[in-house]
Amino acid sequence: MTDKAHIPTSSPSGAPDVWQDLRRLTRARIGLGRSGNAQRTTDVLTFQAAHAQARDAVHTPLDVQALVAQMGGENCLCVKSRAVDRPTYLRRPDLGRRLDPACLPLLQRDAWDVVFVAADGLSAIATQKGAIPLFRAMQARLKDWRIAPLIIASQGRVALGDEIAVALGARMVVMMIGERPGLSVAESLGVYLTYAPYVGCPDSARNCLSNIHQHGLPTSVAADKLAWLMREASHLKLTGVGLKDAAPDSAPPADPSSALEKDPRI
Amino acid sequence: MGFHYTLGGERYGFDDLKALMAAASPLRSGDELAGLAASSDAQRIAARHALAEVPLDLFVRTELIPYEADDVTRLIVDTHDSAAFAPFASMTVGDLRNWLLSHEADTAALAAAAPGFTPEMAAAVSKIMRNQDLMSAAQKMRVITRFRNTIGLEGCLTSRLQPNHPTDDLKGIAASTLDGLLYGMGDAVIGINPATDSVANGLALLDMLDHARRRYEIPTQTCVLTHVTNTLEIMNRGGAVDLVFQSIAGTQKANEGFGVTLAILKEAHEAALSLRRGTVGDNVMYFETGQGAALSAEAHHGLDQQTVETRAYAVARAFRPLLVNTVVGFIGPEYLYDGKQIIRAGLEDHFCAKLLGVPMGCDVCYTNHAEADQDDMDTLMVLLGTAGITFLIGVPGADDIMLNYQSLSFHDILTLRSMLNLRPAPEFAAWLERMGLYDAQLGGMRELAPHQTRLGQLIG
Repeated sequence: MTDKAHIPTSSPSGAPDVWQDLRRLTRARIGLGRSGNAQRTTDVLTFQAAHAQARDAVHTPLDVQALVAQMGGENCLCVKSRAVDRPTYLRRPDLGRRLDPACLPLLQRDAWDVVFVAADGLSAIATQKGAIPLFRAMQARLKDWRIAPLIIASQGRVALGDEIAVALGARMVVMMIGERPGLSVAESLGVYLTYAPYVGCPDSARNCLSNIHQHGLPTSVAADKLAWLMREASHLKLTGVGLKDAAPDSAPPADPSSALEKDPRI
Repeated sequence: MGFHYTLGGERYGFDDLKALMAAASPLRSGDELAGLAASSDAQRIAARHALAEVPLDLFVRTELIPYEADDVTRLIVDTHDSAAFAPFASMTVGDLRNWLLSHEADTAALAAAAPGFTPEMAAAVSKIMRNQDLMSAAQKMRVITRFRNTIGLEGCLTSRLQPNHPTDDLKGIAASTLDGLLYGMGDAVIGINPATDSVANGLALLDMLDHARRRYEIPTQTCVLTHVTNTLEIMNRGGAVDLVFQSIAGTQKANEGFGVTLAILKEAHEAALSLRRGTVGDNVMYFETGQGAALSAEAHHGLDQQTVETRAYAVARAFRPLLVNTVVGFIGPEYLYDGKQIIRAGLEDHFCAKLLGVPMGCDVCYTNHAEADQDDMDTLMVLLGTAGITFLIGVPGADDIMLNYQSLSFHDILTLRSMLNLRPAPEFAAWLERMGLYDAQLGGMRELAPHQTRLGQLIG
């Protein structure tokens, strides 16, 4: 949605909107007018428009060919989960966490330090825009790492990366995945780092960076944080709750992710 | 041990108590996902008939998850108050429903009975209660808690002000906090979900909130909803911790999925008590729960999602929390598919928690991939307000820009307070009046711009 659509109605008296300065501090819908106790008409309809756009974002498919083209000929592999379509994906997260068996032969085992996966999650738009720039930023920061070819995954959830990493023999997996669209942002990318992943790995064994988008965490900052986390994970041989604190200010550690803890779960 | 019931000439059988409870549960996507839902509407109603005939005593004698395997089961069994249960020992589930709705079951009787009920009893009886039953029974239950104000009094509806920001920007959070205070929000807690879950960040956010609270002498409590292990470390470093927050679930394994054990909760509870920061009481814990948490951690042990959810309330009540809330629509359509399922679950969670003596609030909310919208939230908020919900969560314009979901707006909660004639917590209401934010004559919040109030200096 545009910034313009986000601006609430000014006061009915036509007085200067004193909230204007405060709105530079946050994209939250602060300082909305009131009619009695209720929101004003324009704000109600603006909200409904944003909700409609977010719902449409959930149902937009990942353009895999466009992502491959973005890679500019560099080797990458395209896989699918066991969820055959969007309605199945939404109702059956278990299927979105498992690899379509037909894709297994594509994944050649090797001694990879890490595999990066770009998956649609709940916003293919986020992945479309943000995954490859982040992957490039990580390649630049991890020159001494053996990085597996980028995996592009359709109808994927976070745990799909575990099975991919196992098949490839990668020590850790970075899942770059579209977060559930909000009203203000429909293109927010989340990143989940898991050391020594396995099928059935608990969420508490992961670290998460979320809100990577134009108005949230910038790609370069996310990349710095992720690189720090990956080096610590490699050193400590773990991720999750055990990997946190003691981070430099430039790269504070990320959340151990958990399904219900109000992180944008995918 | 099996159960059966004949309905319309067909005999329906259920292998055990778990299967019976699952089949009796109102339809929801999470039970379908788990393969536990009734296979037909008729089977579901047959299960309810059979469940209504189950003696309550059976729940005391039956461990749905084995005692040896699960510390939540041990907690439930070891803390069960058999004296409080004695008057109900010969009742069935159906009898309990009738008693709960009877005039005899008044506020005092319900409070006295609470320690005698187990989560599984609460879940069972809720499954044979209609939405209005869940509301009218809960409406009689009072769970009063205190820290810097009094929460849960009759005629009051408190609110959590949730000023989240995608990068934890302190001024952005302060701007949303200011907005909420001008609507009279924040008496349950001013609580931030941090975007970055680190000790350093938690310290900074708590310092900002505590500074604002002390500056304006706001009779409320603040909280950064970070992992309990972070909060322990923040307390070690002298941070301004009013409340210890943690997401919890109904089985040991699901709690392990959250990275938490009963021992860690106990340690954090004791640490927070030792700070003695409360002025009118010492309820220092804040928990969030929600149907689907256990299944999503593959830790539900074959229990339906509503039954396993109620077990989280046993965990909560062991730590005398100030606040608990279900994040009912947050978990997504794979657990609660649409507005109808979210509304039902919200009423169940509130009723079951209150029955067990837990101060239940609700994040009336939904995600953009669920079949729900703000109309459903209006419905649920009014139903919960009528049922006596302890607190509701409000975010600016109902849009949480960090967590990417929709809750209630400050306007919504103001409207609800007005429609149902509900007041904020008394200490907070008096503060609103002192600050000139509340018009006692009009009986409502004044519409003021920031610079027209002392709070305008909150963002310096």
